[in-house]
Amino acid sequence: MAITAKIGVNEQDVLGALRKFFEDILKIEDIKAILVPQHLPMKNMVMPTLVADPDHLHGVDPLAPAFPMNAAKIVSRLTRKPMGAKIAAVMRPCEIRAFVELVKLKQGSTDEVVIIGIDCLGAYQNKDYARFIEQHGDTSSVIFYQHIMDGHGGQIGGIDLAPACKACEYRVAANADVLIGLYGIDVNDQILIQAQTDVGQDLLAQLDLAEINEPAARQGAVADVIEKCAAYRDEMIAKTREVTESLEKMTAYFAGCVNCYNCRVACPVCYCKECVFVTDVFNHDPSQYLRWANRKGIIKMPTDTLFYHMTRLAHMSTACVGCGQCSNACPNDISVMELFRTIAQDTQKSFDYEAGRSFEEDPPMSVFREDEFAEVVGITN
Amino acid sequence: MEGFEPIIIAFVCNWCTYTAADLAGTSRLPYPKNVRLIRVMCTGMVDPQYIIKAFLEGADGVLVSGCHPGDCHYISGNFKARRRIKLLKEILPQFGFNQERLILTWIGASDGIQFSEIMRDLVSQIKALGPSQAKLKMVI
Ligand code: SF4
Ligand code: SF4
Ligand code: FES
Repeated sequence: MAITAKIGVNEQDVLGALRKFFEDILKIEDIKAILVPQHLPMKNMVMPTLVADPDHLHGVDPLAPAFPMNAAKIVSRLTRKPMGAKIAAVMRPCEIRAFVELVKLKQGSTDEVVIIGIDCLGAYQNKDYARFIEQHGDTSSVIFYQHIMDGHGGQIGGIDLAPACKACEYRVAANADVLIGLYGIDVNDQILIQAQTDVGQDLLAQLDLAEINEPAARQGAVADVIEKCAAYRDEMIAKTREVTESLEKMTAYFAGCVNCYNCRVACPVCYCKECVFVTDVFNHDPSQYLRWANRKGIIKMPTDTLFYHMTRLAHMSTACVGCGQCSNACPNDISVMELFRTIAQDTQKSFDYEAGRSFEEDPPMSVFREDEFAEVVGITN
Repeated sequence: MEGFEPIIIAFVCNWCTYTAADLAGTSRLPYPKNVRLIRVMCTGMVDPQYIIKAFLEGADGVLVSGCHPGDCHYISGNFKARRRIKLLKEILPQFGFNQERLILTWIGASDGIQFSEIMRDLVSQIKALGPSQAKLKMVI
């Protein structure tokens, strides 16, 4: 039977209770470090930190509505080769889902990492979080999670959750070894801790936790958030389909794109070591541009904008987890996530695949069956 | 679409469809000049990028044609190609390209007659769809 336990919260200090939990994990003999989001001492920004010394967990804050990057990329970096030691990593559900995809692409491994998934309350886009923290300072995370837990949603003082989070139905971590549960829990009193795998079970067995039954309110609370997010998602996808339904509309959608490729740098599942779009293949001969301009009368510079986005969709949409880091990284406010989630829904469905769902399912482009997809072969009329 | 002559880019496998095209030629079987053949070593080497590029440059149709299942000289290239075509048929429509503009066929080395027939059917299918928007509109 999997361990379900709680950590007690004293004087409503939820972050303090989490910090203590992480300290205890770090004190376990074979856990040599813990990766956890933390306010940096020099600036209030929240970033993933790799902490080896329990005394350096003061700024720990996995509840901050900040999501500067998808930490799957960091965990991939830490696990792509044996480290020679075991670490724990505190991750949001979309980070775990992206990591699942990277592991299947052999760009990471679960051998030396204990994944600690935390219920996701959502996050602001980077520039919004900077404003939020400026307005509320040290109390910002407390204000945020209280607002969410009280059922008032994520919009506070004109700042609202990132569209990716509003549309995200994966608020509870699947594929984590240990789950930290917040939804449906009176977090000012206790936080739910659950083992989901044998690895998680082993870890929790080494901590002195009070076992409890899962609070009855949890299932319903989780179902409620998921329902709201799924409704937002469906509306978002329908709207995106409408505004991009022709080549002309799609061109307008990306008209502000400057081919900076930030979206693919930020994307956790854009897995190529070197993107073809930054190689010499796309450093066309100067005379080539003139030939294109002559042929069409006019070309937009830089060229190959739609080519880039379509190629990215072909390469990674089956692995898109909808984390929204692409939109977060775009200097020109292009709704990249909206389109990628829309098309990812089609491509993933057509292969009966869901990014991040399981370590076992093969990525669709890495396998085939001899007898499949007869409908795409031949002339149709 | 009076007088519309589509341009169709065809990625054909060296070992089968290209050989069939050759056979059609030596047998003096005509096929429409709308089809521009690009010989590849296997359909398994046709990156989705090539197909996307062809469409964005204004191709009215793209054909990928290789060996029958079980006959691929690299064992599974054509099965991989089939998945990629399936994938692209999901992506292209959102960009305004009717998925019927992308065609995958298996034409064996000895199928010279079929080759010339399929090319004729292909051209009439694409003609019926009319010219690609990428040809008419500015693409970024
Ligand atoms: S495409 Fe965007 S939403 Fe999808 S995984 Fe990449 S960064 Fe996240
Ligand atoms: S980040 Fe924005 S501007 Fe840069 S390539 Fe992506 S969509 Fe274009
Ligand atoms: S060799 Fe012809 S399709 Fe692979």
